[in-house]
Amino acid sequence: MDKTQNNRAWFLVLPVLVLVAFSAVIPLMTVVNYAFNDTFGQNQFFWNGLGWFEDMLQSERMHGAFGRQVLFSAIILAIEVPLGIYIALNMPKSGFWSSFCLVLMALPLLIPFNVVGTIWQIFGRVDIGLLGHSLAALGIDYNYTNDPLDAWLTIIAMDVWHWTSLVALLCYAGLQSIPQAYYQAARIDQASRWSIFRYIELPKMAGVLLIAVLLRFMDSFMIYTEPFVLTGGGPGNSTTFLSIDLVKMAVGQFDLGPAAAFSLMYFLVILLVSWVFYTVMTTLDKQEGK
Amino acid sequence: MARITLSNLAHSYVPQPKSEADYALKQMDHVWDDGGAYALLGASGCGKTTLLNIISGLVHPSQGRVLFGDADVTHAPTAARNIAQVFQFPVVYDTMTVRENLAFPLRNRGMDPAYIAARVSQIAAMIGMEATLDRKARGLTADAKQKISLGRGMVRQDVNAILFDEPLTVIDPHMKWELRTQLKLLHREFGHTMIYVTHDQTEALTFADKVVVLHEGRVVQMGTPQYLFDTPEHTFVGYFIGSPGMNLLDADIQGTVAQTAAGPVPLGAAYAPPQGRTQIGIRPEYVTMSASEGLPARVLRIEDVGRHRIIRADVAGTHISVIVPEGQPVGAQLTHVRFDPAHINVYANDWRVKGTR
Amino acid sequence: MALELQAVSRMDKGQVILHPTTLRLEQGTMNVLLGPTSAGKTSLMRLMAGLDAPTAGRLIWNGQDVTGMRVQDRRVAMVYQQFINYPGMTVYDNIASPLRLMHKSTAEIDRAVRATAEMLKLTPLLMRKPLELSGGQQQRCALARALVKEAGLVLLDEPLANLDYKLREELRAEIPRIFAQSGAIFVYATTEPEEALLLGGNTATLWEGRVTQFGATPDVYRNPGDAVTARVFSDPPMNFVACVKERDRLTLGQGVSLPATGRFAALRDGRYQAGFRANHLHLHQKNGDSLAFACTLGASEITGSETFLHLHHGADRWTGLVHGVQDLPIGGQVSIWLDPAHIYMFAPDGRLATPKAEA
Repeated sequence: MDKTQNNRAWFLVLPVLVLVAFSAVIPLMTVVNYAFNDTFGQNQFFWNGLGWFEDMLQSERMHGAFGRQVLFSAIILAIEVPLGIYIALNMPKSGFWSSFCLVLMALPLLIPFNVVGTIWQIFGRVDIGLLGHSLAALGIDYNYTNDPLDAWLTIIAMDVWHWTSLVALLCYAGLQSIPQAYYQAARIDQASRWSIFRYIELPKMAGVLLIAVLLRFMDSFMIYTEPFVLTGGGPGNSTTFLSIDLVKMAVGQFDLGPAAAFSLMYFLVILLVSWVFYTVMTTLDKQEGK
Repeated sequence: MARITLSNLAHSYVPQPKSEADYALKQMDHVWDDGGAYALLGASGCGKTTLLNIISGLVHPSQGRVLFGDADVTHAPTAARNIAQVFQFPVVYDTMTVRENLAFPLRNRGMDPAYIAARVSQIAAMIGMEATLDRKARGLTADAKQKISLGRGMVRQDVNAILFDEPLTVIDPHMKWELRTQLKLLHREFGHTMIYVTHDQTEALTFADKVVVLHEGRVVQMGTPQYLFDTPEHTFVGYFIGSPGMNLLDADIQGTVAQTAAGPVPLGAAYAPPQGRTQIGIRPEYVTMSASEGLPARVLRIEDVGRHRIIRADVAGTHISVIVPEGQPVGAQLTHVRFDPAHINVYANDWRVKGTR
Repeated sequence: MALELQAVSRMDKGQVILHPTTLRLEQGTMNVLLGPTSAGKTSLMRLMAGLDAPTAGRLIWNGQDVTGMRVQDRRVAMVYQQFINYPGMTVYDNIASPLRLMHKSTAEIDRAVRATAEMLKLTPLLMRKPLELSGGQQQRCALARALVKEAGLVLLDEPLANLDYKLREELRAEIPRIFAQSGAIFVYATTEPEEALLLGGNTATLWEGRVTQFGATPDVYRNPGDAVTARVFSDPPMNFVACVKERDRLTLGQGVSLPATGRFAALRDGRYQAGFRANHLHLHQKNGDSLAFACTLGASEITGSETFLHLHHGADRWTGLVHGVQDLPIGGQVSIWLDPAHIYMFAPDGRLATPKAEA
């Protein structure tokens, strides 16, 4: 009982609740249904218990996809977060160049995902792509359609190009909220550049940085469109991440039961990791306040 | 520690200043003694912050020089000036403990750890924070954080000057007393040159040996609190210092008598007829209510401030404040105000005119 | 016609924000809430406004229970420490905005805006934007917006705290005049005792979520019912010294003793706290009854016409305010005189133990 009560407001939430029910809850329930049953079509279902889950947990294929996924997320976080912070620290704080940088940084974020994939697909081609052709001209053996390492490098480069701006912009907003007096005080205290970062900028950025890392983790863990357009999961299975694998299974092979079980576990993993991550960060925050 | 010299100093935020009005800080020449406590007093926009920023190195003046001792620091960056500063809002390193906060300026200069430890505990004792030394600065009250800022300012013994930018703004009245006393003691103890910027006359007068009153970018007067109180050189100083400020009455000055609209007022000295708009100024502390003596006055309002009462009266259309000490009765028979001739100042075009006694 | 708080209290996350409070604010009165930061002034105001609902208790306005009523349905106006105006609107539109929300006619709005602007000396500035104004003018604009809708309850939360000293002095003198013209209930929160005294009216002193005393301002100042109220309503802080009553004698601090006659005669034997204000300490004997305390001077501050003395008497720290510029050696011994007529005697539980002092 904090605020003055007015229950009429709940009616305004009703349309959203209905919408969410139709768009999320009911489809999710269908997935749950598929995960625990087997079907041969005609809406006939047989109870399969945890069978699909057991299958999936033992599947080599899923282990591979999961490993690649974790590696991918770890790499892009390790690159994008420090790089984003570095860019934010070096952006002009005010004036024309600050707005210019902001617009420039926002550009990659405005491009649809599949277009990003297409851009890089062409960009990296050895025959007509600027990147691929230049590398070939320099005598570097580069071909992302054949070489798994090249494919990985291209996908990582693409993701960094696409998403570092987000981290940088969030950090920039955090930095802008630091009063000038702090920098002045640090200069008077003869704090080193590193000390300024460690004791002033990083603590003030911590909040937005948490959000940035969380967003980038979730997004990268669920990445689908760009690698699908760029490599289609190849060469071989080398860039087949979880969601690509999932779509192959569900749409390509029509293995709805395993795919549904897989989706549920996938969903739970993301939920769990995000939750753990969030709790750890917020409790760290609180402990520091003690 | 150093003497601070402002030589031919002026500043304008306009790149090509044409008239005097373009200058945020008009030309000034001052020498501030080593180890002195100075207050820069003025309303917002009077140039006091600009002057402080010039001294701290945040702003480089458009003309003139700043000297610390004999060294010209006009264009030196802040870090090279060897100063300390306490800001309006507490600036503390949130993730550090109180101890680390206090040690930070020393550690950055690579001082000996044993010296740092000794110095930090000395400062902690002075600001009364020994008990909280190992707590994180985050989560402390504003008072405590501001104390840390003060402590960090004091921790280095060799600073040229310590600058205070309205440091008591966020502090409750009761704590202000404590912090102000502490500042005073720290100044006595360490003898740093201190420069204190404020709009609050009580803070300025109680803190400083010398108060510098700024008005519209100009230093209108500099002097001891008592001198500023008794002999304001400009009507602005009279108004700005003292609460309520000095009473001003338009008057014709004729030798030892001032003719006001309400009648003649005897003066404590003789004046040659001044030029321009002439006024007499008298502090509310030196005005008394009487039954028949002095100028006729109509009491408008009586404000009880506890330790004294302030009577607002109308004297021939001009509002006059009178301070009546506690315990002295105020009755309806008091229809006149009497000015103590020894404390009347005469102003022509807002500047004080000297008389001959 | 009044706002009544009947045993109103508020808890938040298991912590008491405001202890049960009963107050009656009459129509057309100025009521000052005086207390240090986080004493509960703002919480109390938010309850009065209806921004928060009380955990227990009732609010009665003009005989009607308004406890659960929304802010929008009450006739309340609030002014904050920060200058809150619509930056994109002119001063005129800012002042007019509450009336436009009430769908008043253009002519009516124009009349009300101009009258309010006149009262707050904003007439020449009506076409300017708030950010082009000085701090004092911005706060006048916010005040005008609060007053124009003729709210029955006007809440001012430290409205002058962000202004320069001299501007504060000016507006402080104007607020009682403005208030007298409006006829509303004014509630004014401040941390400064002097501000409370200058505003007059009634004062409620707050300490740690509790209203310790409520009454006419000079009366609360002169006759605090307990030590906490005396401390809150005293700037410089009230001085305290331990006191023992034994048979017909009182002994204060470091062996200063006086006969327990007059108001002290009725005290029972035991321990007390003697309280007295800074301005009642003197450097010379005022009358035959005065007591002399041997003190060490810790620091002194000159205000131009007066001197603040920071004194040590044994382990006690006192502040004295004496007339004239006194140039005394720091660390030296001084005799400080106090007329016992100005002593408040507080029992160990903090309650006032004697009839009122002459303060």
